[in-house]
Amino acid sequence: MNLTLKVWRQKDAKAKGGLETYQIKNVSEHSSFLEMLDLLNEDLINKGEEPVAFDHDCREGICGMCSLYINGEAHGPDRKVTTCQLHMRMFKDGETVYIEPWRSKAMPVIKDLIVDRTSLERIQQAGGFISVNTSGNTQDANALPIPKPMADKAMDAATCIGCGACVATCKNSSAMLFVAAKVAQYSYLPQGQIERKERALNMVEQMDKEGFGNCTNTGACEVECPKGISLEFIARLNSEYLGASVTSGQ
Amino acid sequence: MSKLDSKIPEGPIKDKWTNHKNHINLVNPANKRHIDVIVVGTGLAGGSAAASLAEMGYKVKAFAYQDSPRRAHSIAAQGGINAAKNYQNDGDSTYRLFYDTVKGGDYRSREANVYRLAEVSGNIIDQCVAQGVPFARDYGGLLDNRSFGGVLVSRTFYAKGQTGQQLLLGAYSAMNRQIGKGKITMYNRHEMMDLVVIDGKARGIIARNMITGEIEKHSAHAVVIASGGYGNVFFLSTNAMGSNVSAAWKIHKKGAFFANPCYTQIHPTCIPRSGDQQSKLTLMSESLRNDGRIWVPKSIDDVKAIREGRKKPTDLSEEERDYYLERRYPAFGNLVPRDVASRAAKERCDAGFGVNATGEAVYLDFKSAIQRYGKERALVSGVDNPSAEKIIELGEQVIEEKYGNLFQMYEKIVDQNPYKTPMMIYPAVHYTMGGIWVDYNLMTTIPGCYAAGEANFSDHGANRLGASALMQGLADGYFVLPYTIGDYLADEIRTGPIPTDSPEFNAAEKEVKDRLEKLISIKGTKSVDYFHKRLGKIMWDNVGMARNEQGLKEAMVEIKKIREEFWKDVRIPGGLNELNPELEKAGRVADFLELGELFAKDALHRNESCGGHFREESVELDGEQKGEAKRNDKDYAYVAAWEYKGEPADSVLHKEELTFNDIELKQRSYK
Repeated sequence: MNLTLKVWRQKDAKAKGGLETYQIKNVSEHSSFLEMLDLLNEDLINKGEEPVAFDHDCREGICGMCSLYINGEAHGPDRKVTTCQLHMRMFKDGETVYIEPWRSKAMPVIKDLIVDRTSLERIQQAGGFISVNTSGNTQDANALPIPKPMADKAMDAATCIGCGACVATCKNSSAMLFVAAKVAQYSYLPQGQIERKERALNMVEQMDKEGFGNCTNTGACEVECPKGISLEFIARLNSEYLGASVTSGQ
Repeated sequence: MSKLDSKIPEGPIKDKWTNHKNHINLVNPANKRHIDVIVVGTGLAGGSAAASLAEMGYKVKAFAYQDSPRRAHSIAAQGGINAAKNYQNDGDSTYRLFYDTVKGGDYRSREANVYRLAEVSGNIIDQCVAQGVPFARDYGGLLDNRSFGGVLVSRTFYAKGQTGQQLLLGAYSAMNRQIGKGKITMYNRHEMMDLVVIDGKARGIIARNMITGEIEKHSAHAVVIASGGYGNVFFLSTNAMGSNVSAAWKIHKKGAFFANPCYTQIHPTCIPRSGDQQSKLTLMSESLRNDGRIWVPKSIDDVKAIREGRKKPTDLSEEERDYYLERRYPAFGNLVPRDVASRAAKERCDAGFGVNATGEAVYLDFKSAIQRYGKERALVSGVDNPSAEKIIELGEQVIEEKYGNLFQMYEKIVDQNPYKTPMMIYPAVHYTMGGIWVDYNLMTTIPGCYAAGEANFSDHGANRLGASALMQGLADGYFVLPYTIGDYLADEIRTGPIPTDSPEFNAAEKEVKDRLEKLISIKGTKSVDYFHKRLGKIMWDNVGMARNEQGLKEAMVEIKKIREEFWKDVRIPGGLNELNPELEKAGRVADFLELGELFAKDALHRNESCGGHFREESVELDGEQKGEAKRNDKDYAYVAAWEYKGEPADSVLHKEELTFNDIELKQRSYK
């Protein structure tokens, strides 16, 4: 198939970017979206132009490295997939495809389609852990039975890949779904109880400090999340945060 | 006298690790604060090592080429992690896990290391649960297990089909706690460019900031390489696009021996390639072989009809199908180890029976399982006289509960519904058992330089069992390295901070800058991928699943030729002092072009078949095992550790003889 691509090009963080138009021919419908970009880059290199920079790594939908706003949707038109698992059969021959980076004040563009997501890292560093040191004498894993429904809930929350699609798609650029996934995971587990309040307060405080917007429950994040993280976890985060604010004395 | 001292402790195998820990040197807590450790790579091995070392009090600097430690390719592991917990009461023990691992590795691993791995395996599960890793549980709230290929017990712990992700997020959370405390300094989007050796000791690294292009000097009292495997030398593999050999190769060139480079695991159940635009291959978990039956048509006419679209696989009756694994290996059937299953698929496809347009695919069929599960569920849920449709419906439900995410992934990629038509699969490069040679302390042949996880060679011999990679990465990082590194660092307490303006640092920095400038100034006519694809093709054709003397010799010549062309004709757009993905790729492919030649040389010298390494010259000629791989313990029961001498072809072989005191060497039989 042949396509017209409108790709965001931006030399570096300070430069002013803009959309460039490229024609691309003979794309296999079995290719992934990123393989289509590989083809474009091969073309550009052969013509002596600079290839388009984009983030990617595992190409099996789990590392969270790939991003891209495609035709106005985070990770493109398919549901519950990352861009690397999006296939060209989702597009029509002759179509024009717009490719832009994530847009958020807290995730600025580094180059072309690559953005800086270290703000998400700092939120995790503020409390996304259980304080336990490595030790060969930790209690036996089965000494702490956890009801299966709680363990399953924790797992559902823990599947977040940290790609940032929730932020990119949110009209407020809110990182609530991302933060909620981690806070909720530990809130369901007995191991997470001791630091439960501090964790919710600290992670939310860091989120605000990074300049992410507030949540107005539009639910766009849940729709675009490649891992289907549920909005219900945001409700959980709100209750965790409220409970902690009222009772922790901070 | 060999240059290799494996430093295996004295005493009975079950006491070696405890005795060793009791007698090695320690660093006191006040001194740890003044000692720097660099960790390159933040997957399971690097991430767990960085967190544990920082908790102990060392000052850690961690490096990742991705934008977060959480993105390392350990995250893609699906199936699970082994541990000898014996929670299922099926007779598992440290000894059994040790035995299975040595046997599965075709008797080419070091007994003492493998025993230690089995010994600490239980601690890993305890540690991960304490961190909040949400492993699968049963209705009583206790941990669930499943079974994996090549063993007789259920010892695999799992978190849906995302075990690697959950374990890595556990190690990542431990790292985050230390980063927040300032105990780990994290360098994201940084790539290690070289190792700095001063007076024979590893003293730091040269790294490139991948955003600005700045070349940075970082000193430390010890350097840990946990940069993963080198499967991408084949271009197409299940590794991440950025996975590379460069960190390991740089230390090799600075004096670390490279062991058994030819031991590669080719995983039997991957989605076949679709065409020339493909950039990587996707694995389907080994667990699918529990319920899927592998077959190709018996008749070549049916093969043609299927390829031309005149017939569908579902049109073929049972009699027209060749379930070749069940035919050749009645005892293990579809659950033979990975190396055996892969070779059998290649044998059928080479004979012309491949079922897709490229001729490189076999069927993995769930029809029998859907029938079996459907009838079972009908009985359990009280459906009397279920119709054929009802049985299929119920059977598909069970399959979806077990493998839903894998089936969804398959459908997204191939655009076929695997509930209705058999999956197509083909073997693909997945894991490299070979790697940097290390002693019992995980130290390389460069004092102060360590290698952990897939980057080292030590535990899997010539073939790795399923669910053992996660175990080894975390064992090295949580429970081995944090102890053994102290033995070396105890002598470093008086060293003080290491300056980065020494002649050695400056020379290493200049070397790195010169190489980058040379790469970018070639301004040739071909892209980096053009050379990488050519290298991958020769590796796959001549150094892949079956190898012979002539093919390996040709490969060595051809790879050298591609390397020379690369250095004359590669085109890298953009500049040095900016984010430049083509420049990054070029540096990695340049290293693959050297490794590939050593890889072929190692495969050429080892004229036996063992594990993932199959030499066509070394097969059983008669008897029940006719046509199967033939190991040669008399001549090859050693680790081949290669010393760099300027050109890969000139590398010098050092042998570490393997002695087996606790396990008897036997031929593996799956008949």
